[in-house]
Amino acid sequence: MLTSRQRGQLVRYAIYATTLALLVWAATTTDWAKLQEHFFDPKIFWSLFPDILTRAARNTLIFTLFGFTGGLAIGLVLALMRLSPVAPYRWAAAIYIEVFRGLPALITIVLIGFVLPIALQVRVPGTYGPGSLALAIVTGAYLAETIRAGIEAVPKGQMEAARSLGMSHARAMGSIVIPQAFRVILPPLTNELVLLLKDTSLLFVLGTTDQTIELAKYGRDAVADTFNGTPLVAVALVYLAITFPLTRAVAWLERRQKRAVR
Amino acid sequence: MSEAMQPAIELVALEKRFGANQVLRGIDLRVSPGEVVCLIGPSGSGKSTLLRCVNRLEEPTGGRVLIDGENICATDCDLDRVRTKIGMVFQQFNLFPHLCVLDNLTIAQRKVLGRSKEQAEAKAHAVLERVGLAEKLHEYPSRLSGGQQQRVAIARALAMDPRMMLFDEATSALDPELVGEVLNVMRSLAEDGMTMMVVTHEMGFARQVADGVVFMDAGVIVEQGHPDEVLGSPRHERTQRFLQRVLAR
Repeated sequence: MLTSRQRGQLVRYAIYATTLALLVWAATTTDWAKLQEHFFDPKIFWSLFPDILTRAARNTLIFTLFGFTGGLAIGLVLALMRLSPVAPYRWAAAIYIEVFRGLPALITIVLIGFVLPIALQVRVPGTYGPGSLALAIVTGAYLAETIRAGIEAVPKGQMEAARSLGMSHARAMGSIVIPQAFRVILPPLTNELVLLLKDTSLLFVLGTTDQTIELAKYGRDAVADTFNGTPLVAVALVYLAITFPLTRAVAWLERRQKRAVR
Repeated sequence: MSEAMQPAIELVALEKRFGANQVLRGIDLRVSPGEVVCLIGPSGSGKSTLLRCVNRLEEPTGGRVLIDGENICATDCDLDRVRTKIGMVFQQFNLFPHLCVLDNLTIAQRKVLGRSKEQAEAKAHAVLERVGLAEKLHEYPSRLSGGQQQRVAIARALAMDPRMMLFDEATSALDPELVGEVLNVMRSLAEDGMTMMVVTHEMGFARQVADGVVFMDAGVIVEQGHPDEVLGSPRHERTQRFLQRVLAR
């Protein structure tokens, strides 16, 4: 008979062996020459630079930045409304959150880009305006629940101590509770930021100009121009080059904070 | 307890109900300026709720709270201004963990009282000195012991130059060996003439420091008077039983 430890070891070795076998099978079956021809053509790859960075990646970052900043503002207001003693505020925020979390981001983008101008004769100004606003509205709905959870995670005594020192409710929220809430929600916030970064790829439905083209659309256009998949690989690498340092930076920030506070 | 002086704190027919649960059933109490009153009683007797009604952290459902003669339950009362006169110390310290000790002590001075950075920091130095923690200025609360945290919390309240102080079981969350340092600070405050309401289980402190002891049970004041009377020769059976249990430990 095997002990449970030996059994565990056996299972682990079996998993290693299966994985290795699959990898070997994939590596030997793959037609590497064909793959390289269609997806790793160095000439096409390098022809994309620096345009892919100076235009496409730049626009992706701009949309992300505007969308996230706007989303934070909307999310914070909604979170405070959800926690308000005034019932209509709570209802309004709950409806907003349900609607824009429930709709696919693509639909919201179309709403802001096309339906709003027709219905209300209002066109969101600015080159980046409509896209950024649509992303902010969607992100705001997600961030609202995250921020609310963060605020609720701050012990009640913090608000009480601040109020006992004569701070108004708003002042106590702004100076004491919300700064602590953001420490708590830093990891989910990064998550939202990365999701938003990738959602910028949906903005193509608004129709892109040379000015507003973002990474994903840029890649697909390049694929259409070259009849080759290499641009998609280039775009994928650029996305990773943005998200990886970002998540590392936040992980570092988190560690540093843990050392400073509690 | 001079009757002629206007009380610093006066509670009139104070009631507090949480749904169907009536926690305070008509409390009348006066605390004169400079007086130290200890509230004792079994847990659930309403003493903490009573204390929290004094600065309206808990909203009374009946009766009035008068601070220096001003009815703070009136709708036109500027509660935030009144609260700057009433320092409060909590069982769980409630220091602001994202701020260093200095910022814990200056934030309300600057944002509520409008003091300059220099004024606020000078005051912070002075009150920290007073609680014996002048060297901890730049530490974060998490790096301090429980006793030190509570002394910083007292200093934070004192930095506002309050006219009175409320202590809500200030030593109950502390390890036994750290209780003394906090009680010493409270004792020295009392000796300097601070008006204090103290919810406590420390009968020794009540006996030595308090001018008056209030025994509460089931939402009413059962007995109050000089510590020697209430703690030494209690008249009510409920007080006697409570003291027997507490002192037997």
